Amino acid sequence: MSETKPKADKYRRVAYYPGCALEGTGHPYNRSTKAVGKALGLDLVEVENWNCCGAMEVKNIDPKVQTYLSSRVMSIAANQMRMDVVMAPCNGCYHNLKKAEHDLAHDPASAAVVDRLSTKAGHPTYQPGQVESIHALEWIKGAIGEDGLRERVKGGLKGLRIANYYGCMYTRPRNIFPEKDAGPGSESTSKPHFMDDLLAAAGAVNVEFPLKTACCGGAHTLSDSDLSTKLVLNILNAAEAAGAEIIATECPTCHSGLEMHQIRAEKRFQRKTRVKIVYFTQLLGLALGLSARQVGLHENVSESRELLAGKGLG
Amino acid sequence: MPIHEKDLIRPENLRTHEQLTVDGVDVSGHWSTFIQSRVVTDYNEALEDEIAALPGGEFIHRCWQCGSCTNACTVNAVNPDFNPRFWIYLVRIGMEAELLRDKDIVWQCVSCNKCTHICPRDVNPEGVMKAISHWLELKGHTPKSPSMVFDEVFSDQVIRHGKIEDGRTIRRFFARTGQALQQDWLIEMAKRLARHLPIGLLARLGFSAAIAPRTRGWSRARAAIEDYVKDQQATQRRALGLDGPGGPPTTREGA
Repeated sequence: MSETKPKADKYRRVAYYPGCALEGTGHPYNRSTKAVGKALGLDLVEVENWNCCGAMEVKNIDPKVQTYLSSRVMSIAANQMRMDVVMAPCNGCYHNLKKAEHDLAHDPASAAVVDRLSTKAGHPTYQPGQVESIHALEWIKGAIGEDGLRERVKGGLKGLRIANYYGCMYTRPRNIFPEKDAGPGSESTSKPHFMDDLLAAAGAVNVEFPLKTACCGGAHTLSDSDLSTKLVLNILNAAEAAGAEIIATECPTCHSGLEMHQIRAEKRFQRKTRVKIVYFTQLLGLALGLSARQVGLHENVSESRELLAGKGLG
Repeated sequence: MPIHEKDLIRPENLRTHEQLTVDGVDVSGHWSTFIQSRVVTDYNEALEDEIAALPGGEFIHRCWQCGSCTNACTVNAVNPDFNPRFWIYLVRIGMEAELLRDKDIVWQCVSCNKCTHICPRDVNPEGVMKAISHWLELKGHTPKSPSMVFDEVFSDQVIRHGKIEDGRTIRRFFARTGQALQQDWLIEMAKRLARHLPIGLLARLGFSAAIAPRTRGWSRARAAIEDYVKDQQATQRRALGLDGPGGPPTTREGA
């Protein structure tokens, strides 16, 4: 890992780990991430023959299997592709890569299991420190930054009022994110701001939103739907009360959870909310002059095109 | 116990009297509520070790009952009976019967990690919640929770193929929990999606629903993971005394 290289250079070409969700329900996030990368001149090289990171589920069967799954992805990026950085747009994937990195460095038992499984599976064991795993937010923030974005924005987001929703897995628990809460310029685990920073640079107005890191109940979105609907309604209502027209998301599970339970709240509990749910990469894409179709707005369940077109976006 | 948000007084042990005279003194009004005393004798001294033997429960012994976990808890804000600190306390002192009173809600932990984030002792309360729900199922106190069924359906696909396809996971989950896939809100979602999706994407989704997406050359990884999981499960069952002669019932509900 080349710590000395500045992020602007280091993040210019990264191994891209879309993960399972981005090939299914989260496809618009996949599409807009690639489109934004292209528009910004950044190079995404997909991790070859990747596997699932374990998501929120495999750890409940066995946490060390999850560590192995995530380590295989990083092993391919490091040993097969010779990449320094793995970028994951999904909070679940990002969280699991960071968790595996942490456990492999600090827990000899996890390291031993991963070594045994990697050997049996026939690939080199991932060694902590071989790659740096980052989220799509850190990628754009590091490679382009607010100033770079301001220079490239065409037209901008025209004062669109946005509530930035980060969810759980991007910041918690703090011990797997040693680079966060590390002074000026670093991300905060209690009040994350990278998405706020990027969207503000793209011309949006960020509303004061108290539930940035509240939980949407994503892990139980189907197995305990009533609880998830309640948690999502809190988030939607708080965003509307704060004056937001749009909730910007950076996780496919949160995003589809909000979309799904917005409908469920209306159908089952007659609680209608109007705030639209859009991936932050879709918003950045629009600010950079991409069309609604190029960022995949038509693939969202939450229908935001009329609102955005009304502002001359997309 | 320093924390007052939940204690061991059972509501049914509170005796309230409209009119009451004790030893000839009328104590009606303020002094009319009494706690019926009880002595607990049925401790399970092995409980903490059993929870610690399950993944996630390893660090339960570190807890010093500050209550930060319950204070931060997402589910506690919705249901005050959901109380991680209290359950950790019960496990540590071996009050199994008391823990079983809440057996049907422990699985509702949403893994938001607010507790693990705030915990000053690195107890990993989120993991402890998973260990307790797992323990309840292994011991036969509760049937498999819907969330455990979901975890199994999901993990099964990952271990078999290396990847998942979300539509398939949803269909299998609904089938295994005996729910109809024709939920009004799911239909509404599908309708809204289908309205705008380009033919190409629909075809791709249909294709991955028919043929599971998979990681190439996964069979060796699959075999290694399956062996490991089997080993772990056997070790856990031994730690819980489930396989020994005369031990508790060994069948897992709905397995």
